[in-house]
Amino acid sequence: MLAFTLKRLGDLIPTLVGVSLLSFFVIRLVPGDPVMLLLGERGADPKVYREMKKELGLDRPVINQYGSFVLSTLKGDLGRSIISKRKVTEEFFGRFPATLELGLCALIFATLIGIPLGILAALKRNSFFDYFLMGGSLIGYSMPIFWWGLILIIIFSVGLGLTPVSGRIDVVYEIKTLTGFYLIDTLLDSELISDEGFAPFRSAINHLILPAIAMGTIPLAVLARMTRSSMLEVLGEDYIRTARAKGLPYKKVILVHALRNALIPIITVLGLMFGSIITGAILTETIFSWPGIGKWLVASINARDYPVIQGGVLFIATMVVVINLSVDFIYALVNPKMRQ
Amino acid sequence: MEKVEAQKTEEQFENPIKEFWDMFCQNKGAVIGLGIIVFFVLVALLAPLIAPYSPSELQANALRFPPAFLKGGDSRFFFGTDDVGRDLLSRLIYGARISMGVGFMVVFLSASVGTVLGLFAGYLGGKVDWFIMRFVDILMAFPSILLAIVVVSVMGPGLMNAVIAVAVVACPTFIRIVRASAMAERKKQYVMASKTFGASPMRIMFSEILPNCMAPLIVQISLGFSDGILNAAALGFLGLGAQAPTPEWGIMLADARAFISSDPWLVTLPGLCILLVVLGFNLFGDGLRDTLDPRLKK
Repeated sequence: MLAFTLKRLGDLIPTLVGVSLLSFFVIRLVPGDPVMLLLGERGADPKVYREMKKELGLDRPVINQYGSFVLSTLKGDLGRSIISKRKVTEEFFGRFPATLELGLCALIFATLIGIPLGILAALKRNSFFDYFLMGGSLIGYSMPIFWWGLILIIIFSVGLGLTPVSGRIDVVYEIKTLTGFYLIDTLLDSELISDEGFAPFRSAINHLILPAIAMGTIPLAVLARMTRSSMLEVLGEDYIRTARAKGLPYKKVILVHALRNALIPIITVLGLMFGSIITGAILTETIFSWPGIGKWLVASINARDYPVIQGGVLFIATMVVVINLSVDFIYALVNPKMRQ
Repeated sequence: MEKVEAQKTEEQFENPIKEFWDMFCQNKGAVIGLGIIVFFVLVALLAPLIAPYSPSELQANALRFPPAFLKGGDSRFFFGTDDVGRDLLSRLIYGARISMGVGFMVVFLSASVGTVLGLFAGYLGGKVDWFIMRFVDILMAFPSILLAIVVVSVMGPGLMNAVIAVAVVACPTFIRIVRASAMAERKKQYVMASKTFGASPMRIMFSEILPNCMAPLIVQISLGFSDGILNAAALGFLGLGAQAPTPEWGIMLADARAFISSDPWLVTLPGLCILLVVLGFNLFGDGLRDTLDPRLKK
């Protein structure tokens, strides 16, 4: 296990260096002069131009720039947004809870529906239900979620008038940020509860439902397919037959003996889904005007806010690397075969 | 007597292509997928012949007509018209050209680069492998759309840049698949034999090992089409891919968002096309995998 840990940690360093290089060069590879691009016509004033260039650190040799970029990143400073003038880290952590809340709800939705459906499909293998479900999951897996989100809006918001179209909560409510999760904050704020009761909480739920479904659809399809095949594999094992042969009830064999072993690869897949959750967030947040990381990054790209793009991208990529590594470690702890 | 023997061997060694086709046809999903692909390829190829109008032609006094089969529809415009009076059916037909073209370009770029790097990593091993795999790790650290956005933000929006961005995103999968097969093949006897005859590493990689890595590669090519088309459409939707007035399905969706409550078909139809094409390639790819890799069949 020690050798495995050291090897994986050793591989982590070049990856992180590469990730930092890639994020660093985003701003420098843009064709033309980024300062001119940012200033536009105002760039005509040489004084403003020089100041801007200095502010971005572009007046120094590239290697020095990269060195100070790495140093300040390690200190937790990712520079300031050109548009809002606020610190990139501040902006990131101000929005991250919104994305996390949405992502977690999407994953909970996907898990609660996907895993039971996968188990049922495996138990009723080759039945009509199985074919129907696997066909459905392939459609879900192929779903362009930017379209699926709009279709959900057409049906539930425009057609049935059940859910709001955009945002996290009705604008009439002022939410104090305690955890950043509106589902929790609306319940913790005693003042708000005494004034409005549970209406803000219900509003937060109503705003969350459609984006969570849109974002959870692909993970749901993946989980259902994975659970089915993992379950089928386990159900063919000798120990399942033994458990049945010694007279254990069918339900117990399925839920205790089979499911526990079938869940190992599924949990790994869930852990590795962080990356696709971010991809989902970029599209879902754009459709539902959800004030999270995804919408922020798209807006920054359209505004050419390079420090934000650089910092945001670096943040997310580092998180993906660290999470994937942790999943590997957990998997190696559970399954010794993986350590080789 | 001899004749009978000869006939027997012929029966035993059936034509491998026919055998493959028979197995493939048993998979209903795969056949449906192939049908969808063939349909959209034909639509793309014959676009100028079958489209009733040009995709950019503005119809006077025909703004946002509903489809012909709905109330208030006009039989001249089967799927209705968009907000500036262009025939939706014609735009969808020309959109098939763009999506199929994008899918082809993405797969061509990522599969060729991925195959070469994967063969190098898998066959040469050692430092080459280490460097290529760290490159893969770096690319895989970026969620797919995010990486594409980074590439587009460097090169600027546009259809060609979106294709390159999506191809970069698709590369790691090809590298990993070819590398894994190459590593398995490299220890086999035919490679050893080839080495003893003095074949160069290039020859061993490309004419000995590569043909034996084809099965997983072909499957991934089909799945690569679906990912490529989906990601390129997403970039178009975000305004970072093809630009208006290109009849690209992703942009058509984005443009139609403003009319989501009044004219839902403008949103519904382009997305349905994306879903169908992606589904077609996924069904086909799954079917190919089952047929080419009998080990997965239990």
